[in-house]
Amino acid sequence: MSNFSSAFSSTLGRKLVMCLTGLFLCSFLIVHLAGNFQLFKNDDGLAFNQYAHFMTHFTPIKVVSYLLYSSIIIHTIWAIVITLMNRKARPISYAIKPKDGSIWSSRNMGILGTILFVFIVVHMANFWYKYHSGETPYIEYRTDINSGATMSKSINESEFTEYVSFVDNGVQVTKSEDLYKEVSNAFQQWWLVIFYVLAMAALAFHLVHGFQSAFQTLGWNHHKYRPLIKFIGLWVFSIGIPLGFAAMPIYLFLFK
Amino acid sequence: MRRERLELAKSQISNLTSQIKIRMSGNMNLTLKVWRQKNSSTSGKFVTYKAPGISPDMSFLEMLDVVNEDLVKKSEDPIQFDHDCREGICGMCSLVINGEPHGPKRATTTCQLHMRSFKDGDTIVIEPWRAAAFPVVKDLAVDRSAFDRIQQAGGYVSIGTGGVPDANEIAIPKVIADEAFNSATCIGCGACVAACKNASAMLFVSAKISQYAMLPQGQPERYARAEAMVLQMDDEGFGSCTNTYACEAQCPKEIKVTNIARMNREFFNAEFIKG
Repeated sequence: MSNFSSAFSSTLGRKLVMCLTGLFLCSFLIVHLAGNFQLFKNDDGLAFNQYAHFMTHFTPIKVVSYLLYSSIIIHTIWAIVITLMNRKARPISYAIKPKDGSIWSSRNMGILGTILFVFIVVHMANFWYKYHSGETPYIEYRTDINSGATMSKSINESEFTEYVSFVDNGVQVTKSEDLYKEVSNAFQQWWLVIFYVLAMAALAFHLVHGFQSAFQTLGWNHHKYRPLIKFIGLWVFSIGIPLGFAAMPIYLFLFK
Repeated sequence: MRRERLELAKSQISNLTSQIKIRMSGNMNLTLKVWRQKNSSTSGKFVTYKAPGISPDMSFLEMLDVVNEDLVKKSEDPIQFDHDCREGICGMCSLVINGEPHGPKRATTTCQLHMRSFKDGDTIVIEPWRAAAFPVVKDLAVDRSAFDRIQQAGGYVSIGTGGVPDANEIAIPKVIADEAFNSATCIGCGACVAACKNASAMLFVSAKISQYAMLPQGQPERYARAEAMVLQMDDEGFGSCTNTYACEAQCPKEIKVTNIARMNREFFNAEFIKG
């Protein structure tokens, strides 16, 4: 009686796509934030560069990253499609803007989403593209295994063939792309720091509505669990995560 | 002590009488900006009318009756608006009043809205429900037969339910029976569509799906109903839900958005699991 194409082309099905891609992007934020905390380590970026290498070369993560890229694209395109169809549902608007007690962010997800999309493009051009196109500088770390003291020096392209990490005479030698330097250099520009902080504010407002709204769309609105979902949506996703991300450019700007 | 209390009581009484006097004599002079539109194929515009001497005890519709009487006396075309029971239970009256479906009072239909909710000298802007699926018939009256077609698609049960059962006769917990009853209090007025920024009908459709999904009599067609009613809703050209919950805030019967979550569950079950 039913089939997938009719289910997904219905208004509820389209919202389900928004909800599932949105929740997937939320789960990515946790991983991304946890990984990026390596930026706060005072080790010339050793941990961060190792993490960056792992994220770009471990096959299961690569598969998930393609899912992630497609989620961003689908979430964006579906949002535009749904918005256009919703506009068609009310061809003549009210002379007086309705007062309805809804929260601002719930009515302006499109504007917030547009800011976030621009941010993602800039963010990926800044770091993802440079890393993948081999424009990042290179670095060599020498860690004394006994004392744990780490020395690092920049190396040029001719000294770097690929990411290596080996033990040589009691010294752990790691040669890596230096994404950490790329990141800390980028955030010496005050305007980029401000742009990132503003984008995280947009993320906060996007998620204060988006997270709890996704569970409503899934049909998970239960008086027992609703307060928990609202709590997580507010404190974890719209306060904790954007604050954590915003702290990174500010920290690098002030202390590096 | 006694004297003081007597004085206090006297002053309270005189206060009240003066308030009542003000209310009785304090008829209001209002300015109305009313949407006038000949029919669905012409475009409409706002026309300004004076409404002098309006009693605060009139209902909003009675106020419009007074204005219309005046228009008829002047051989002008009266303002068309929908109404029927004027008791807040039929779902016929509509009107977006100063940007709010059914006006500024919560849980109140336009017919139960009284003019004491307004002040002397106010300008009141009156618009029809605005949605592609609710074309204007004339002025403030819109065609809500889209709701009827959604109901016809699945808002019924095919089994014989017999006469009215005695209390506690149906094998169903009271909390669920109450929940189903709350959903069934939807009068289908369309305020949810009018309030929604996307002109979505999901609060109405979800209430109608819910009232059957929770009761034993509704089980045979449970999933077919959810699918049929949602697809009919889409065919009618209503928008989709953005979970702003404006509908819940403006519903005169206080239908909850938990119904929408239930509709989503019923529909996804129908499409992906049970269908």
